[in-house]
Amino acid sequence: MRIEVAGENSLIIYFGDTTVPEISEQVQRASKALAEALGDRIIDQVTSYASLLLIFDPLRCDQLDIRAVIRRTLQSTTATQTDQTDASVQQSTSNCVELPVYYSEESGPELTLISKNSGLSIDEIIALHQSLTYRVYAIGFAPGFAFLGQVDERIATPRLSTPRLKVPRGAIGIADRQTAIYPDVSPGGWNLIGLCPTRMFDPQATPTMPVSVGDEVRFKAISREEFFSLGGEIGVLS
Amino acid sequence: MSTVNSGFKVLQPGILSLLQDAGRFGQHAIGLTTGGPLDKSSFESANRLCGNPVNSCAIEASVGGLSLEAQADTQIALTGGDAVLSINKKPVASWQTHTIKAGDRIELGFAQHNTRHYLAVKDGFKVAEMFGSASTVAREKLGGLDGSALKAGDIIPYQTQNTAALPQFSLDASNRPDYSGDVLLRVVLGYQKDHFSSLQQRRFFTSEFTLDDRCDRMGFRTTGPEIKADIDGILSEGICFGAIQIPPDGQPIVLLNDRQTIGGYPKIGSVLSLDIPALTQRLPGTKVRFEAITIDEAQRQLHLARFREQHMRLIQLD
Repeated sequence: MRIEVAGENSLIIYFGDTTVPEISEQVQRASKALAEALGDRIIDQVTSYASLLLIFDPLRCDQLDIRAVIRRTLQSTTATQTDQTDASVQQSTSNCVELPVYYSEESGPELTLISKNSGLSIDEIIALHQSLTYRVYAIGFAPGFAFLGQVDERIATPRLSTPRLKVPRGAIGIADRQTAIYPDVSPGGWNLIGLCPTRMFDPQATPTMPVSVGDEVRFKAISREEFFSLGGEIGVLS
Repeated sequence: MSTVNSGFKVLQPGILSLLQDAGRFGQHAIGLTTGGPLDKSSFESANRLCGNPVNSCAIEASVGGLSLEAQADTQIALTGGDAVLSINKKPVASWQTHTIKAGDRIELGFAQHNTRHYLAVKDGFKVAEMFGSASTVAREKLGGLDGSALKAGDIIPYQTQNTAALPQFSLDASNRPDYSGDVLLRVVLGYQKDHFSSLQQRRFFTSEFTLDDRCDRMGFRTTGPEIKADIDGILSEGICFGAIQIPPDGQPIVLLNDRQTIGGYPKIGSVLSLDIPALTQRLPGTKVRFEAITIDEAQRQLHLARFREQHMRLIQLD
């Protein structure tokens, strides 16, 4: 663990520099423990792949005090964790969410590109995307945009060299070994392989998102008819 | 909130007019940014002049061109940029309270040098909060009246006032910010600072940069000598207000109110929040320099600024 200054009102804690579930789990545990230990001294937190950004009110607390609480809290969290070697205890807080996907060339214009790059058939790509359970490593870029990892190396694909101006709501993309669903129409450079009819961000709903950081996600192929009956729409690309 | 059935009717929205309160906090977990006024100091002054809590909802009018018609009596104050305010075609002073009668026409001209204007109304605009704030973030379709910038025909609600009973104030010229000359941004080193060699850091802190055309509420870009990190990217991580991102092209970007909450470019540190208004008030072409300060110095400056604010006296007008 390494603590760095981020700005006048924030510290960033690094737990590693790779995308692996163990480090992400550490970030999640630290985030919860520090939220409890620091209470309303914390204005906000950003949890990401291997780091935790803590934003505090610099007029109410000193960064040295926050550092002391971080060290104390995370030492005791690590200590408790080694006592509980039972894996089920550590997994108990994360949900597994299954999301339906209409995979097709109509809904996923880059399936042909990935097929050409990888030598795999489109059916094989669709099967591989569904074959793994993904972890929500971070939420950002846009409201409700969840970064899921990691896809099978064989279907990993770099971002488009020219991002699209308009990606439709529900589009599922791949960027390197990450996959994600665009919660709303936005610009974007990910390789699109399908559409998900589930709303990933709804400001009127409680909760506003079906997933949070640390959750697990599986994808399940649905037909064109099922996609429309679940309320899906095929939006315009540009 | 009591029901309000009167407001300002927007005749012309101007270049970019957004309803803003202090910002949306505590929502980074679902990817929401903070929004809020680019020039927090002028925003708070506008509210003080109307006798409001400093976080009350006001209009941030960038550059100018805003034109409103009042449907009910109230008080307003304009602060920040240098566009001229007029009431019924008669120019009036900024940085002071004005009485508005139903039917009055309020117009903002166009800025010459300082571009962010704050128009506050007595008791603040009565706008529904989303995720704890009325701040408009158009990119997220959140806040304001309908998640977007003000448009012609919008009604911005406020409570009718008995204006005869309200005192009027002005802010003494010595207490108004001075946004002229080159911009000096104080920087707390942090994040990936160790990935910038001492030579690169020296170049960053001794060179002159120029504000680019590509400046918006997400970030202000600067151009100048290339500043190189010894890495191209990092695993995406949380970005705080004022963070200075340096992409592989070596041109620093100061990330602001509507920034994305996570990102993967190296950052050398963050600009002291007190220096952000002087940056966001300025036009492309303005010269910018960076100066390193310690985090302890940053915290002292913040306390000092808070002390000054608390002791800032408004002048009561007859």
